[in-house]
Amino acid sequence: MEIDINRLDLEFQAKIDSGKTIEPKDWMPEKYRKTHIRQISQHAHSEIVGMLPEGNWITRAPSLRRKVTLLAKVQDEGGHGLYLYSACETLGISRDELFEQLHSGKAKYSSIFNYPAVTWADMGAVGWLVDGAAIMNQVMLTRTSFGPYARAMVRICKEESFHQRQGFEIMLSLCNGTAVQKHMAQESLNRWWWPSLMMFGPRDEESTHTEQAIKWKIKLKTNDELRQQFVDQTVPQIELLGLELPDPAIKWNEERGHYDFGPINWDEFWRVVGGNGPCNRERLAARKEAWEKGAWVREAALAYAEKQENLREAV
Amino acid sequence: MKKEWPVWEVFIRSRSGLDHRHAGSVHAADAKMALENARDVYTRRQEGVSIWVVPSASITASDPEEGGELFEPAKDKVYRHPTFYDLPDELTHM
Amino acid sequence: MNKSLYDYLILLGDSPLILGHRLSELCGHGPNLETDIALSNIALDLFGQVRNWFQYAAEIHGEGKTEDDIAFLRYEHEYRNVILTEQPNKDFAWVIARQFYFDAWHYSLLTQLCESRDERISAIAAKSIKEVTYHRRFSSEWVKRLGDGTEESRARMENAIAHFAMYKGELFEETNVEKEMFASGTGADFKVLKAQFESFTNEVLNEAGLEIPQIDWTQRGGKHGVHSEHLGYILADLQYMQRAYPGMQW
Repeated sequence: MEIDINRLDLEFQAKIDSGKTIEPKDWMPEKYRKTHIRQISQHAHSEIVGMLPEGNWITRAPSLRRKVTLLAKVQDEGGHGLYLYSACETLGISRDELFEQLHSGKAKYSSIFNYPAVTWADMGAVGWLVDGAAIMNQVMLTRTSFGPYARAMVRICKEESFHQRQGFEIMLSLCNGTAVQKHMAQESLNRWWWPSLMMFGPRDEESTHTEQAIKWKIKLKTNDELRQQFVDQTVPQIELLGLELPDPAIKWNEERGHYDFGPINWDEFWRVVGGNGPCNRERLAARKEAWEKGAWVREAALAYAEKQENLREAV
Repeated sequence: MKKEWPVWEVFIRSRSGLDHRHAGSVHAADAKMALENARDVYTRRQEGVSIWVVPSASITASDPEEGGELFEPAKDKVYRHPTFYDLPDELTHM
Repeated sequence: MNKSLYDYLILLGDSPLILGHRLSELCGHGPNLETDIALSNIALDLFGQVRNWFQYAAEIHGEGKTEDDIAFLRYEHEYRNVILTEQPNKDFAWVIARQFYFDAWHYSLLTQLCESRDERISAIAAKSIKEVTYHRRFSSEWVKRLGDGTEESRARMENAIAHFAMYKGELFEETNVEKEMFASGTGADFKVLKAQFESFTNEVLNEAGLEIPQIDWTQRGGKHGVHSEHLGYILADLQYMQRAYPGMQW
């Protein structure tokens, strides 16, 4: 029996190595299933918790154009959460169970959303930096081994292409505006910079799952590689905006062909991941409240559907 | 745990003349709602001109274990493809 | 400037603006993901309509006025939305009841405006009516679902339908501008509006097994700039950026 599992494992890995996708009904190691449920649901939770900080600003957006683009963007995040929950459900777990895991604190979501969106400039910084960082991960995941996840990512990447542009455009308007606006932009960049770098996760030497994740193509690059890529891509954009670099240690390193940057405050990272960031409790409470307040609505719709079904059968 | 809205598979035809293609899934209490949810979720960017929704539970899928017997027998029937036939280059429109 | 036409466009734009605002408060807080997304779609449609009305109004006004000046830089008494639209999202039944009454009215209004003698108005109405046809379908479906769902949902829906009945009357009270616009072939016939509204809402409520509220008075004032207490808070949010950072480009 054990030999059998070993053989299946090898065949499974060979299938991934040859570039074939794994589909929900295919045999898969239990660990693969569990890891994917964890990762995809975490990703889904991040999308819907991510609606909250930006959602706060829809009613206060400074122009009608900004209002509709922000609303469309936050709505997209809901859609992306939905696509990801659907992908996760193909692994034999229900959306309700996944919500239950989120609400009980058992499941995690991206820690970045535990930071507050305190000014309008944060709508720019979040779209530009946070979505920018997320997109790098997501583009990579369009080639991941689990078919439903990869397909969800293709759709998400296509839709998200406007998100980062939307954010950058907000920053650009601020930077071309008055001194007050430019200050608002700078202050926001300074606040979001470090949490954005933390989005890529712990340093490679501390990242426990990297090797397995690379084998399964959940990751095609390591955390540090992606982080470096993000810094390299973003520094020229900061300069384009005419803002000051948020980290005095940022410097082009000719030898490495990359920007050097200063040390990340990992204590803060672990503290926020552990539940003690500025908004962890608020975010979770908001999700739970929406869910609990919606319970009677969801039940009513089911009850109505059942009654209609019975009526049809009676005819 | 309380009962959840069932899952529906969504198929969208992007332009008339093309086939409906699987777009994803939604949760909905009934067929009408499934259609509306599919419209609200999957056609926000003018992706479609027609939608089908099917309860996921009604779909019968082939078993990947049987992939060999189901699909491999077609492999050597190359004569079903036009490129199998050797014809002179001068022959056009065929 | 054609002041009557300008005022009329403000009347047309303000109600969807304030209702869109209320709906956008729900983004991320809906009873489930699908419904959340659906409500945002409605809000986006409404804001799109608002922009069309206000862009036209800004052109009529001239002197460099923009859609944003109109949306963000007026005082409370200058907003002309019906009071119905500013009522809060107390629960999902309230959201649906408010939407249901609004959509029934909005649908009939836009249907008539499709025939407006003002070509710009008829064009905007023709685009909007497709959106609002869907809104009306969405809210009516939910009235039926909640009305004939569980005991709890029925009680909540009945309560909400009864509560919002006191805001219906204002929808049919013709202001002078509306009278003038109807007379000139630009606006809508309020008799038709009311008849269509009543027959549609009665039909849906009957189907939902809900009692049709009998009410002989109405809240009024919104169309004349006298609002409920809620509007001040809405404007505090809506205008926050424009008031705190005046005269800037965003």
